[in-house]
Amino acid sequence: MVLTLFVYPLGFSLVSAFTTKDGQPSFANFLKTFELYGADIVFTLIIVAVSTLLIGLLAAAIGGYLVLGAHTAAVVVLKWLYRWPLFVPFIVAAQCMRTFLAKNGIMNNTLDALGLVDTAALSGLLDWRGIIVTFVWKETPFVALLVSGAMAALDRGTIEAAWNLGAGGLRILIEIILPQVAGVMVVGLVLASVTMLSVLSVPIMISGGAPTMITVDMAFRVNAYSDYGVANALGVVSYLMAGSAAWVYLRRGATQPDAL
Amino acid sequence: MRVMLGWLLRGGALGALAFAVFGPLANLALWAVAVQWYFPHKLPLSWGFRYWGEVFKPSSDALASLGTSILIAVITVVLSLSLAVPAGYALGRGRTPWRAALLLILLLPQAFPSVAVYVNIARIFYGAGLNGTILGVVLVHTVHGLVIAVWIAAAAFAAVDGELELAARNVGASPLRAVLTITVPLAAPGLMASAIFVFFESLDEFTGTYFVGVPDVTTLPLLMFTASLAGNYQIAAITALVLLVPSVGFMLVIERFLKAEMLARVG
Repeated sequence: MVLTLFVYPLGFSLVSAFTTKDGQPSFANFLKTFELYGADIVFTLIIVAVSTLLIGLLAAAIGGYLVLGAHTAAVVVLKWLYRWPLFVPFIVAAQCMRTFLAKNGIMNNTLDALGLVDTAALSGLLDWRGIIVTFVWKETPFVALLVSGAMAALDRGTIEAAWNLGAGGLRILIEIILPQVAGVMVVGLVLASVTMLSVLSVPIMISGGAPTMITVDMAFRVNAYSDYGVANALGVVSYLMAGSAAWVYLRRGATQPDAL
Repeated sequence: MRVMLGWLLRGGALGALAFAVFGPLANLALWAVAVQWYFPHKLPLSWGFRYWGEVFKPSSDALASLGTSILIAVITVVLSLSLAVPAGYALGRGRTPWRAALLLILLLPQAFPSVAVYVNIARIFYGAGLNGTILGVVLVHTVHGLVIAVWIAAAAFAAVDGELELAARNVGASPLRAVLTITVPLAAPGLMASAIFVFFESLDEFTGTYFVGVPDVTTLPLLMFTASLAGNYQIAAITALVLLVPSVGFMLVIERFLKAEMLARVG
């Protein structure tokens, strides 16, 4: 069933991307795609790359504090706190952020009340920044959950030894813990970036204008023009982005077999 | 002094995190009970449950689409479990010759960005007359949730001691009877978790429904999306809360089933 409902449409999209409307093989769809949506492709790449980087940093920080934190109360609070967005649907997260990051949303109002900004002079964060914030908010708990699980399973002995030799928490995290959980971290980040490349609701709801993410362009191409050629060419671009993320992972495995 | 500073820093960091985690949810909740709220007012001008009445009145679109969503989710659970239970049993017992290939096929939908695939599914379904039908949406939801459903089911079966099944066989039970009366009941909590997961995945699914469900099938996420883009933030917030409550409940339930050691057995 997965074969008919996933692999077949996947093949269909590949074929459709490389043929013209009358069935001739060609690259015309790609030329048109880069001409019309080149900026959006770059925009999508930047959004996903920045979000993935931030998710990785936050997940490492959360996981690291859960393993190394000396204050039990703070560790318990953090453990309870960070998971909340895990199962929030993307569409609900988008609606939350649509109001939270708006001009008179809670974020601006709180910063304003703290005297940090002046709301009247702000425009809200509902543009590329909003998309990144939403992705990071939604995906960090997932990667942090995986990473902290892997960290908890590590041998405490080396960590204790480093403590005893006088290494600081940050140094232990970077030099001892992170290299050992790098495999899990990369898997989590690859899954997170594929998810971000698949989400349609967040870019539409957070930032309506151009430039936007290529998922929105695909939907537009199909709904407005029934132009499956260009939509599928964009689809192939998104497969390539996801594929290059996976390739980084595999290459890493080939050069450093021990790290996995 | 240093201790106090440390707690101040920790408190500040945790406070900022709490704000980042709960701020967006709080804003949603505010919109759900706001009647009138526009810029530059920091808080709603008038409060109340007027829009709740509108969403939940018997003739409303929201109730109809909630009904559609639940119907689709229930059928998706039945279809997914009828596939995930045998597949999970085979994988959990670990003697499948095609184990790697099966896992790879199930994992594929997670490895490719799905929008382009949904676009083409919609095109194929259109030819087959499945677009805009409940069955079409159910099929898309099933493929979407299947890998995790199989994964949880496999973990549940792997946790059941295989000797018990052998014992049942020794006292004369047929292979099918041994599985149905011994293994399946013992794996029931995990299978339940799998069913709950598929139910909520289906309830929350947006992208596939957006392409395949049009124009006749409106699920709750689609209704929320339309309301939000039309600027009906109160309606969007209330429907979002309806979708949010089960998700958070699920997070609390799933922790009992998805223990690290259980996941480790699937590998």
